[in-house]
Amino acid sequence: MRPILLSGHERSLTQIRFNRDGDLLFSVAKDKIVCAWWSANGERLGTYNGHQGAVWTVDVSPNTVLLATGSADNTVRLWNIKTGECVKVWDFPTAVKRVAFSPDGSQLLAVTEKRMGFLGTIAVLDINYGDGQLGGLDQQADEPALRITCNDSKATVAGWSFLAKYIIAGHEDGSVSQYDPKSGEQLANVQVHEFDHQINDIQFSPDRTYFLTASKDKSAKLLSARDLNILKTYPSDTPLNSASITPKKEYVILGGGQAAMDVTTTSARQGKFEARFYHKVFEDEIGRVRGHFGPLNTIDVHPAGTAYASGGEDGYVRIHHFDKSYFDFMYEVEREQMRK
Amino acid sequence: MAPSFEQLSEQDLHEEEEEEIDFSDLKAQFEVKADEGLDTFVVIDGLPVVPEDSRQKLIKFLLRKLSAVGHTSEDAVFMPLNDKGMSEGFAFVEYETPEQAVAAVKQLHGVPLDKKHTLAVNKLMDIERYGREGRVDEEYQAPTVEQFKEKEHLRSWMGDANARDQFALYRNDKVGVFWNNKSNPPENVVDRAHWTQLFVQWSPKGTFLASVHPQGVQLWGGSSFSKQKQFPHPFVQLIEFSPLEGYLTTWSARPIQVEEGQPVLTFEEDGKNIIVWDIESGKPLRSFVSHDLAAGPAAEGDVAPKKKVQWPAFKWSADEKYVARMLQGQSISIYELPKMNLLGRTSVKIEGVNDFEWSPATVSREGVKQYEQLLCFWTPEIGSNPARVAMMSVPSKEIVRTRNLFNVSDVKLHWQSQGAYVCVKVDRHSKSKKSMATNLEIFRVREKGVPVEVVDSLKDTVINFAWEPNGHRFVLITTGETPTGAAVPPKTAVSFFAPEKKGGAGGNFKLVRTIEKKTSNGIYWSPKGRFVIVATVHSQSNFDLDFWDMDFEGEKVEAEKDLAANLQLMKTVEHYGVTDVEWDPTGRYVVTSASVWTHSMENGWNLHTFSGNTLSENPTEKFKQFIWRPRPPTFLSKEEQKQVRKNLREYSKEFDEEDKFAVDIANTAVVEKRKRVLSEWVAWLRREKEIQAEEKDAFGLPEDADSPKQARDAPIGGEEQGETVVEEMVEEIIEETEEVIG
Repeated sequence: MRPILLSGHERSLTQIRFNRDGDLLFSVAKDKIVCAWWSANGERLGTYNGHQGAVWTVDVSPNTVLLATGSADNTVRLWNIKTGECVKVWDFPTAVKRVAFSPDGSQLLAVTEKRMGFLGTIAVLDINYGDGQLGGLDQQADEPALRITCNDSKATVAGWSFLAKYIIAGHEDGSVSQYDPKSGEQLANVQVHEFDHQINDIQFSPDRTYFLTASKDKSAKLLSARDLNILKTYPSDTPLNSASITPKKEYVILGGGQAAMDVTTTSARQGKFEARFYHKVFEDEIGRVRGHFGPLNTIDVHPAGTAYASGGEDGYVRIHHFDKSYFDFMYEVEREQMRK
Repeated sequence: MAPSFEQLSEQDLHEEEEEEIDFSDLKAQFEVKADEGLDTFVVIDGLPVVPEDSRQKLIKFLLRKLSAVGHTSEDAVFMPLNDKGMSEGFAFVEYETPEQAVAAVKQLHGVPLDKKHTLAVNKLMDIERYGREGRVDEEYQAPTVEQFKEKEHLRSWMGDANARDQFALYRNDKVGVFWNNKSNPPENVVDRAHWTQLFVQWSPKGTFLASVHPQGVQLWGGSSFSKQKQFPHPFVQLIEFSPLEGYLTTWSARPIQVEEGQPVLTFEEDGKNIIVWDIESGKPLRSFVSHDLAAGPAAEGDVAPKKKVQWPAFKWSADEKYVARMLQGQSISIYELPKMNLLGRTSVKIEGVNDFEWSPATVSREGVKQYEQLLCFWTPEIGSNPARVAMMSVPSKEIVRTRNLFNVSDVKLHWQSQGAYVCVKVDRHSKSKKSMATNLEIFRVREKGVPVEVVDSLKDTVINFAWEPNGHRFVLITTGETPTGAAVPPKTAVSFFAPEKKGGAGGNFKLVRTIEKKTSNGIYWSPKGRFVIVATVHSQSNFDLDFWDMDFEGEKVEAEKDLAANLQLMKTVEHYGVTDVEWDPTGRYVVTSASVWTHSMENGWNLHTFSGNTLSENPTEKFKQFIWRPRPPTFLSKEEQKQVRKNLREYSKEFDEEDKFAVDIANTAVVEKRKRVLSEWVAWLRREKEIQAEEKDAFGLPEDADSPKQARDAPIGGEEQGETVVEEMVEEIIEETEEVIG
């Protein structure tokens, strides 16, 4: 599994996303630049310039027309993917830590930081795709359709469940909440991870009925979107920054590593900067992929399940296309199931 | 159930509560008033009744006895007279301190004054307390004898069907006891939070697990690890069991302060640091003030002598009948158990004595019939007298062998585990005191006259030495000159020694092999001998563990033909940050661990077989301590053991089958579990899908409600589904020529 090394950023990566077709990969880092890459060969397609601060988050609309980014310059920007122009800027009082399109692309949520007397919020924005010929993309509503305020513990990450029925948010205190995206009402809040161990990532399964959380408490958990029941737990030996569910094969990929501030006090062999593969159903660790020389900050899997990419504190993005053995590997029990 | 010490008994609980509220001001104000100063008074009864004029005579006579236990004077004795001018047969005596008063009660009560009169001494306060009417029940009430309760079998763990071993694991705030299950996860027996405050320790035969608390030491045992014994030594820091588990020594840097009402400790223990306890009764036998150990002999005095704790302060003889303590440079005091009286009423004066060691086993020297225990000690050069190593026989206190040594800078005494040899490691300096060398002088204790063999001198300093348990071989590690303050760990050399083959163990000790350019510093013999691990521990950069076999069953190197050893390196294992190596008591497994007490990187423990195959790795956060539960000595006679060894093949066949069976069962269990988990998962997915479909219907949403909006409204790019144009550019180098122009 030879990786393609993408070195287009000068600072540590914050998030990477494949588009729905899997041919493009978008990466954002603390260096204010948004990059678009061909996932097949790692060629850089272009950059989206305009942010004034570290870019924390990126998401692609399901139809690969619009790109949303959230940044430490307190804005969410909407870009025309094809032309690279910025079609809309929303201003927020604080930095934006996570953006996510709803499954059908009609809405965008933005998680804002708690700072300077402002509470953390989740804002929901309506997205207009114009006339379908890439015209009128700049006609977006100025005000969010909804604002959810997190009174207790600020939200760090959030995403949409199936049918955009719920907004699922992970919190700083290690809990996960379920909100109604229409009323903004909190439907449930479950202390999933250890108390005060921040949830660093939430990623959904392809059908969005369940999702995976990655937490500082060194574990990742698979939860049902409907009732927030913990379905599976994947324990590891290092704080986790990102976790992703692989389509096609029943795996999950976890990434993390010794917190960046602690790394200097330990040797490189100790950093645990590996992507870890677990079997999604059996919760066993199957393998590790090394390569980064800093903690893994973000992981995303190709929607077809043929590749995954990881972005690290070291400033590199590594795209790995899976080998045949990856697809062949199967537990005896699974094989039996297949034969039936 | 948090089995912390404070919940151990009512009384302890009470203390704890009181500590929380500071009512010392109230105490000062109210409490003492009534009895102030009265605790220095004693009342003496049983005196002869005398007329006034002979009163002074009696007092003087009495004073002789009274002064034996403390300071008092004629004025402080008050003997009241009645109307008839006769004394009443009692007197009040005031001592200087309450301690003296207590001592008087203890020592003078019941002492005969003459043929007719016997003293009855009580504290005045006690008489106040109990002497008044109604304070004590008139009728005798028999003390209630507590119902006999069957105690747990203290050696129940020995009855394990698979002869597994137990270990105690201390990590974070929790201490647990587990069964070793080879490569499978260990099976938990008990796991308790805050079980100990400092550390845990097994007794030498594994009967008790000791936990150490600020209030004292608590012993646990039996199958459920229930409370067994309690030794309330406040702020205890170090503990040591006697070899047969009969006694316990505890030490604290803080002198004990005995408070009134303490049921176990008496004024006897006040101000002491060390207590020797009888484990059976839970009572202190005797207590001592600890001697401070000055570092290094005074002659070397370039380093300021530091105060060091001499530990173990008391060293036990193998049969537990004697315990000895050294006053550095002066004497060795030998105490006889179980009374803890000084053997022969005096300490053995040995000028300059620097260190001593008991023989770890009861030895019988050739030609010596009476029962004896041996101890070895050494004294440095004093004036023109040479340094001396000597062996003393106890109880006769006879010196049975001495050896004079010159140019000695330090000596270490190493007994072989059966007491067959003592290796005296002598660090010698040249006349100029510049270069150092080490000599090994081996006393053959069992042979007639205790001959001494000198193993050829080693040029380098020996930093570690270890005898093979129950064997005749040893391993040592030497190091060359190390530049002080160098960041690089010093290079060391590991040398293996074995006796020549000459019928039994009679041959001289010869070097088998030296392995140069190592960094090793630790030697860990298997408790059964033969296998030894030479490791680099407590190092920042090296973590190698070499597993050696001393009786390799393969081809032997020609040069080592006539030595009773066949050395073979079986395996080298690395364990990052290793700090400790612990063999299980059977010598089958060995655990290497990295404790948070030394550093905080990658703490945890790894389990290996004796040959270095790693069975499991257990990274554990805040891992502190791993200790195997020792086993008591076997009941099998030597012949029976031989028999077992002879038939090992047959037994092992049985065990192999058992193992295979266990693996099969485990595998089936795993497969079954996976099947179950998988089918549950599939069922969950199906159910979820159904619910989702229902919801879509309910909302009146189309099947593809989740698909991209734009794709539905006006798909862009690659409009024709299923037909995609892939443009591929292929560059090929057809020819390459190189021309030189000009």
